[in-house]
Amino acid sequence: MNLLVQTSTDDGTFHGPSIMEFFPDIILFEGTGFDINRIMLIRFLAVLALLVVFWLGTRNMKIVPSKFQSLIEMALDFVRVNIAEDLLGKVDGKRFLPILTTMFFMVFTMNITGIIPFLNIAGTSVIGVPLVLALISYVTFIYAGMKKSPGKFWKNSLFPTGVPWPVYIIVTPIEFISTFVIRPVTLTLRLLMNMVVGHLLLVLFFAATQFFVVTLGGWFIPLGGVTLAFGFAFTLFEILVALLQAYVFTLLTAVYIQLAVAEEH
Amino acid sequence: MLHALVAAAEEGATQNPLIPATYDIVWSAVCFAILLVFFWKKILPKMQTMLEERSAAIEGNIAKADEAQRQAEAALEQYTAQLAEARQEAGRIREAAREDGKQIVTEARSQAMVEAARVTAGAQAQIEAERQAALVSLRSDVGTLAIDLAGNVIGETLADDAKATAIVDRFLAELEASEKATK
Repeated sequence: MNLLVQTSTDDGTFHGPSIMEFFPDIILFEGTGFDINRIMLIRFLAVLALLVVFWLGTRNMKIVPSKFQSLIEMALDFVRVNIAEDLLGKVDGKRFLPILTTMFFMVFTMNITGIIPFLNIAGTSVIGVPLVLALISYVTFIYAGMKKSPGKFWKNSLFPTGVPWPVYIIVTPIEFISTFVIRPVTLTLRLLMNMVVGHLLLVLFFAATQFFVVTLGGWFIPLGGVTLAFGFAFTLFEILVALLQAYVFTLLTAVYIQLAVAEEH
Repeated sequence: MLHALVAAAEEGATQNPLIPATYDIVWSAVCFAILLVFFWKKILPKMQTMLEERSAAIEGNIAKADEAQRQAEAALEQYTAQLAEARQEAGRIREAAREDGKQIVTEARSQAMVEAARVTAGAQAQIEAERQAALVSLRSDVGTLAIDLAGNVIGETLADDAKATAIVDRFLAELEASEKATK
């Protein structure tokens, strides 16, 4: 990461991390719509890693699994059993399993690059991935509802049962906004902001460490130790966040699908 | 934290992080598409196949175990039946042996009694025979003795006298007769 050098320059003042962290220079295809910068490369790397790991893990599947296969099975079963089948049941769970599995592993892998040395930034910390996935989630749950029964879907979404009809004047717009506007927006922003803030925090701690130890030195070095310790702690925390955000994103998508195909709320 | 964000934004943010760039969307979609196809067409079917095979294998093993248990139970039943039969057989044999023993004892006893009776009869016959012999010899001895005695008394030899012999014989016969009469 060259940002450590950038953020604490030799002029003796501290420079915090900037939002431009997330918009590094374009390396290839500038201005074509297929521009590639460092974060795009990290995303490609994440995709490649997933392809390789899962290809190796399922290349030669045995009924009695090897250690590596058990690990892969555990990961796949986590999405299959704990998210898809738990919320959607066996039949619908199987239908939407590819999307949910892809979402979970894509989000997790692109999150975890945030703490991998030399990558140091999450592939999900730029709005593209969260937005695209949120839109896919949005389209998927609307598709699920429409396919099952359009009438029921709209009724359940906009006119919840057990409410006297005049209340619909207030409830229906609220339900519309919450279901069809808030859902994709919160999905996008929750993931994006978690990753952006996580990255900024880590940069802040490590830049401060560099500033205290290298730029100021002397009596400030112990302070650098403190910020380093914080940086380390938050690195561990980021692992949890990476997993949790992937889980939350996938779980919410499953919940939205479940609500869309439900008979009655 | 907020301060840092604000400071960061002030320092030279020329880009709004909430407005996606075209390439960002394009590459995100490409990544998702690749992974979706990969998981959908390759990984999940493989996983499904493996899970089905595994459950089939487990069910097969359960069926096999059931079969083995059934066989074991049948064998146990058979052994139990055989054991009971053997016990019955042993009881029967014991009973028969007891009967046989009893019979043998009875036979031996009756044989012994027959033998004893035979021995007793033989002994009695012998005794009778010896008594007869003794009687006969006694009679002749008593005759001779009496004649000798009488001879000595009268001072004459009466031994070859037929008359004397006849007298003795008569006397003895009378003796015998009186003996019989007293009996």
